[in-house]
Amino acid sequence: MSIEIENVNKRFGDFVAVDNVSLSLPDGQLTALLGPSGSGKTTLLRIIAGLENPDSGRIRFHGEDTTDVHVSDRGVGFVFQHYALFKHMSVFDNVAYGLTVKPRRIRPDKAEIKRRVMKLLELVQLDWTAHRLPSQLSGGQRQRIALARALAVEPKVLLLDEPFGALDAKVRAELRRWLRRLHDEIHVTSVFVTHDQEEALEVSDRVVVMNHGKVEQEGTPEEVYDHPANPFVYKFLGNVNLFHARVENGHARIGDLTLPAPEHGDARSGKGYAYVRPHEIEILAEQDASGALPATIELVSIVGPSVRLELRIENGDDLVHAELPKARFRELGLAQGGQTWIKPLTSRVFLDGETLPSAGV
Amino acid sequence: MAFARRQQSVIPGFGITLGFTVFYLGFLLLIPIAGLLLYTAQMSWDDFWRAVSNRQVVASYKLSFGASFIAALINLVFGAIVAWVLVRYQFTGKRIVDALVDLPFAMPTAVAGIALVTLYAPTGWIGQYLDVFGIRIAYTQLGVVVALTYIGLPFVVRTVQPVLEDLDKEVEEASAIMGANRLTTIRRVILPALLPALLTGFALAFARAVGEYGSVIFISGNLPFRTEITPLLIVAKAEQYDYPGAAAIGTVMLLTAFVLLLIINGLQWWTSRRYR
Repeated sequence: MSIEIENVNKRFGDFVAVDNVSLSLPDGQLTALLGPSGSGKTTLLRIIAGLENPDSGRIRFHGEDTTDVHVSDRGVGFVFQHYALFKHMSVFDNVAYGLTVKPRRIRPDKAEIKRRVMKLLELVQLDWTAHRLPSQLSGGQRQRIALARALAVEPKVLLLDEPFGALDAKVRAELRRWLRRLHDEIHVTSVFVTHDQEEALEVSDRVVVMNHGKVEQEGTPEEVYDHPANPFVYKFLGNVNLFHARVENGHARIGDLTLPAPEHGDARSGKGYAYVRPHEIEILAEQDASGALPATIELVSIVGPSVRLELRIENGDDLVHAELPKARFRELGLAQGGQTWIKPLTSRVFLDGETLPSAGV
Repeated sequence: MAFARRQQSVIPGFGITLGFTVFYLGFLLLIPIAGLLLYTAQMSWDDFWRAVSNRQVVASYKLSFGASFIAALINLVFGAIVAWVLVRYQFTGKRIVDALVDLPFAMPTAVAGIALVTLYAPTGWIGQYLDVFGIRIAYTQLGVVVALTYIGLPFVVRTVQPVLEDLDKEVEEASAIMGANRLTTIRRVILPALLPALLTGFALAFARAVGEYGSVIFISGNLPFRTEITPLLIVAKAEQYDYPGAAAIGTVMLLTAFVLLLIINGLQWWTSRRYR
């Protein structure tokens, strides 16, 4: 079941939470709404669920207008960040809830409810907890129960609001791979909200990057990561270095270094910024002909198999972050306080003041 | 070192606070109760039985406990609604309403009693209109219930309010999303969560009503066998220097209230254990 969002607006007093958003979420896919806090992603999710009413705009499920359909008739499954399990009910009763509140004439009988609940509990691999209370389970287990509960009513779409936000890093990583596999099994159109770019990139089929109530970019995780539409998306999806540059005739000049910037080839000349990811910076032991930038190594931190460097280029105000494999670091024979040369391998250049989502890509 | 043997707690002062608690409860509660029981124990069994099973006294037990029970029930329902309104909605004057709830605590009960009579007497502001429909409140058992409801109002509100504030709105949303209508959500999600607090509030309102004297005696009219509450009989006996008789009735009240509170506490323990 696809979800179409058409010109949706929502304000809370003076605060614009969702600013004229239009999106089409394809059938059977897992879409991530990614953005910093206050970007309107949760509000948009709640509007899709029917927990909030949009000030204007329409929501359609598979072409059918559901904007004015009450939340209890909309047929969505919803998973909350803090589980929202019923504390006084056993795990079994929690999962069975959606079935037991159905009107009598369409309610399945007891044996059928039992069969379906146990099947769902097996799906989330927690059938042995059926008679426990939610307080006796760990956070990760509770969230899996919340998911089983949401799936019990066979929702047309599944919505998850920061489903792993309250869990610790290890459980979080496990659970998101598990969610991905589960989604591949059941194929229900799903939308999940997250502020964690790694989570969005790892789990989803599509990523929608939001900021200040607007959609900054949407696409597959790869598209969004490799071809950010604007500086915001670039910064939000991982660490990035920013070099002041002069842009002219399709080139960006940083000191003696010249980088190609074909997207600005129209002879416009002006100030710009080159965005370079830490792992896209090449570290050289010696100056080379193309004009690498001299830099001092201010800090070396070894994080597992890779090494992160903090470098200061001559006359530069900002630190440059670079990342390289440990073996390469050893090979170069670098040390804290030493001198080195850096060269961006790839970069993306944005002109000063350019923030239009239409830029590039 | 001598003091190194004692394990240091992060929250010190257990010894002194427990000692104080025991002394305080003993001084204020246990010694007077023991005095009452001792006083009663001096009576012969026959005298005791005669004092407590007198028809007039038995009628007053029924009224005291019955009216208290009804008043606590009324407070249970309306107190829960007041708490709901105070927690869930924003409106102008909310703080004033919130403060008003405590008024029955602060106002001298005799003043409340006189005010109630003035309002509900057949010639009073409200009473004259009710009189048209043949409803009498002053000098009837209904009047006793009204007075006991008045003094018990704050208990349910104040016990339910914090629990309701803690109740996650998301739980209600989850219920609605799964297709439950509002009534089902209240019955299956909200009420079970509030049950322990409701029971506590009910028990407190009931206990307070059983012992109430000041606000009731004006509106009840104190007609023997009909609108006499037990505390009034105790005072009457004491005024006639029949101290043992007063103590005997007091003992019966004490034990009955104790048993009832024990049952309510048991219920509360049972529900809160289920809720955990």
